[in-house]
Order: sequence, then structure tokens, then C-alpha cells
Amino acid sequence: MSLDATEVRVYVEDAPGQRTEIVAPTDMGLSLMEVMKASGYDIQATCGGMALCGTCHVEVLAGPSLQEPSDDEMYMLESLPVLTDASRLSCQIRITPRLDGLVVRLMPQDA
Amino acid sequence: MSSISTDICIIGAGPVGLFAVFEAGLLKLRCHVVDALPQVGGQLSEIYPKKPIYDIPGFPSVLAGDLVQNLMEQIAPFHPTFTLGERVEKFEKLDDGSFQLTTTDGTEIHCKAIAIAGGLGSFEPRKPAVESLESFEGGKGVYYMVRDPEHFRDKRLVIAGGGDSALDWTIFLADVAKEVTLVHRGTTFRGAADSAEKVKNLHEAGKVRLVLSSNVTHVHGNGTLSHVTITGNNGEPEQVSVDAFVPLFGLTPKLGPIGEWGLEIEDNAVKVDTLDYSTNVPGIFAIGDINTYPGKLKLILCGFHEAALMAQGAYKHIYPDKKYVLKYTTVNGVPTL
Ligand SMILES: Cc1cc2nc3c(=O)[nH]c(=O)nc-3n(C[C@H](O)[C@H](O)[C@H](O)COP(=O)(O)OP(=O)(O)OC[C@H]3O[C@@H](n4cnc5c(N)ncnc54)[C@H](O)[C@@H]3O)c2cc1C
Ligand code: FES
Repeated sequence: MSLDATEVRVYVEDAPGQRTEIVAPTDMGLSLMEVMKASGYDIQATCGGMALCGTCHVEVLAGPSLQEPSDDEMYMLESLPVLTDASRLSCQIRITPRLDGLVVRLMPQDA
Repeated sequence: MSSISTDICIIGAGPVGLFAVFEAGLLKLRCHVVDALPQVGGQLSEIYPKKPIYDIPGFPSVLAGDLVQNLMEQIAPFHPTFTLGERVEKFEKLDDGSFQLTTTDGTEIHCKAIAIAGGLGSFEPRKPAVESLESFEGGKGVYYMVRDPEHFRDKRLVIAGGGDSALDWTIFLADVAKEVTLVHRGTTFRGAADSAEKVKNLHEAGKVRLVLSSNVTHVHGNGTLSHVTITGNNGEPEQVSVDAFVPLFGLTPKLGPIGEWGLEIEDNAVKVDTLDYSTNVPGIFAIGDINTYPGKLKLILCGFHEAALMAQGAYKHIYPDKKYVLKYTTVNGVPTL
């Protein structure tokens, strides 16, 4: 996909091997959390995307490499009980043309 | 265990629940406020105490924590009573139309009306994925909050977590407990730099044990907790004898028991009539982030407005035969109870 694409496709793995495609606009400054929420995913996003609540936690399964998490994001992630090397806060991931083909899964809030 | 009797029981000490005390107080209704958190302020205290809020009328900017303080000052003349650190669990409607509420710790509140100001629900601890953890809850060795540090005096503790509360309690309990082990999944702490430094110093001085790149993976015991397994990221397990395991991974909101009280619920929120923010159960009202109606905005300002109308509705419910005439506070001043 070209770097000025106005739409990207991201995939949410609902169950192992079962992926749902979401088409997201790149020109609206949305975050992955907002796009997933708008697509009907049950994300609490209590803090509205400020990296303060950790309720939008996802695991990146495949796709393009992402920018390193900020200190704020890392700080929140570190305080969660379940964390993998590919954990991210979906509210901190901006939808840009580079994101095309990203695959994520929603992480459980509790065990 | 205690028993309380009041006019209105307000569930939730967030900004909206607190302001409801003021509006009820103007009508000479007494309030008792219950919150699952140990402090008042709801989301403002729990999530963003240091953030400025810009859309409170009359305050070009106010820190969330300061707004909570101001609300406490504003309602003080009405002498509200509080039960903090306990979640309202059960509700029962009595034959005379009044209600009996019971908290997780068995506190009973008898009231004539209920105002649910539960926001996003009660904040519950995030629990790590450890099998059988639940069977050691309720005083049997697993604690998700430190309510009274004295409880851990001369005990052997394992604390888990990498945030500020794990660091702060490790430092504090190092002097109280017999042994403290802090287990953290990572190698660095993101909490306040000086807290991380203090924990390292305590570790070097042999006062706490620091186990990095590891997780508590199992809990064991016969009825009460006797030891935990700590597993390193390299897969090496180690058994540690303990009296208490304290996972501190922050809190996350849950609608909780309110969802099972026979109230009409839509999208995790309580449906209300905007006339007075009453629910489908007479005498129970819902205000603030917890309710839903066409056009709902989850703003503090809107919750304040709802609290004013709720108080009128509760007054009419409690005194169906009395007529209330609106009086301005500028005319009458703030009455006290
Ligand atoms: C980061 C952030 C920034 C925000 N900025 C603004 C802003 O600038 N302006 C604005 O207007 N709004 C803002 N908001 C929204 C605002 O915080 C909420 O609208 C407001 O907190 C709602 O107040 P409340 O009293 O209804 O609920 P909450 O603040 O959620 O309080 C509810 C309380 O009820 C308790 N509770 C729930 N169930 C039970 C139970 N069963 N038993 C006992 N206790 C219970 C909870 O523990 C909690 O303390 C912001 C929110 C966030 C997260
Ligand atoms: S929405 Fe709160 S951390 Fe992402």
C-alpha cells in the first residue's frame, strides 16, 4: 500500500485463526482504539485514549513494525498483570498508511 | 459490621455523588455515601487527580483533585456520612417502601431512597492469571489492596507488580513485615524514579528481596496460603514460603452488582427518566456516568445537573404529600443539617 493511502486494512483476531478485517481512514487522526471501538469491539477505554487506564490493551500478532511505545505507554503497560513482548495500548497507535496489514488481538482485562 | 439509617444512600463518591449530597442537603435530606474505593472522588481521584479540567462553570481551570476537595468543602455543612472501601453488594426493598443495602463488609444501610452515582462501576483490582488465586481471597492470604499495613506486621510477604503502588508498599512494608519479596516481570521500574532507587537500595541493604524478570505463577496452601511459586522468564521455578501474597496491578472498573438489581440496563448503563433521573424501580435514581438516556453526555457538568433534578425526585418520593418550593441559595444561604 502506498504511503499516501487514505485507507488501511487492519485485522482483529477474534479467536485463533479467525480474523476480522477493519477498513480504517488514515486522514482523520484516529487511534486503533477508536477504530476498534467504532467497529463494535468491547473496549472500555475508560480514559478516552490518554494512556492512563490500560483498558485498551492489545497484542500485536503480525504486520508492519510499529513505532516504539512512549514512556507513558510503557509505564501503563508495565503495571498490567498480563503483558507480552508484543503488548501495546491501542489508543497510542495512530492509524497511518504504514499500518496496513496490522494484526492484533484484544487482551483480556483479567485472568 | 455497622448499621446506618439515612434519607438517601448515595452509591459512589465520584464528583456527581458528592454534589448530590449538596442538592439533597438544600432540601434537608440526609445522605450517606458509600464507595468501593478507600478515597472519595471517583475517576478524578483514581485516574487523573493531577489533570486540569476546563469545563466546570466558574473555574477556567481546576485540577481534578482540587475539584474533589472543593466539593468536600461545599458539602461539609450537610454532615454527610461515608462508608469507604466497601462495595454495595445487595439491595432489598422493605414492605414500607424503604430499602436495605448491604456492603461487601456487611455494613447495612437503611434508606428511603437510593441514588446510584456509580460512574463506570466500582473499581476492582486487576488480578494476575494465577490458578486458584480466588480460593485464598477473603483473608486467607491473597490481598489486592493494603488497607491496614499493620495487618502485615511480622509476616512474610510477596508483592507483585511494577507500578507505583507496588514500589511504594514495598518501601513502606519493608519496616513492618518480617520479609518482603518484590516480584516484577520486567527488569526496570517505570514508577517514580526515586521509589525505584529506594527499592534497589533496600534490596542491596538486604531489607527486601527483589526478583526481576519473573512472575508469581502458582499459589499453594491448605485452606490458607503457605507458599507461592515464582517462575523466571527463563522458566526456572522457585518456591517461597509466605503468609501473604499482594498482587498490585492497579484497578479496573466493573459495573458489578448494580447490574443484577432488576434495573433496566442498556449498554452497561442504567436507563433513567430525564424528568428526575428515576429508574424503573420507584425510589431508585441513577445519576452521572452510570445512567443512559437519549442525548446522554458523560460530563461532570451534566452529572451535576442530574443530581439537582434527582434530589427533587427523591424529595417527592420520600414526602409525597409535601410541596417543595424552589429557593435560591443566594436568597436563603446554605442551610445546614
Ligand atoms: C482522563 C479523563 C479525563 C476526563 N476529563 C473530563 C473533563 O475535562 N470534564 C468532564 O466533565 N469530565 C471529564 N471526564 C469524565 C468524568 O471524569 C466523569 O464524567 C465523572 O467522573 C463521572 O462522575 P461520577 O460521579 O458519575 O462517576 P465516577 O467518577 O466514575 O465515580 C463513581 C464511583 O462509584 C463507585 N462505585 C461504583 N459502584 C459501586 C458500588 N456498587 N459500591 C460502592 N461504590 C461503587 C466507584 O468506586 C467510583 O468511585 C474525564 C474522564 C477521564 C477518565
Ligand atoms: S484508552 Fe485508556 S489507556 Fe488506552
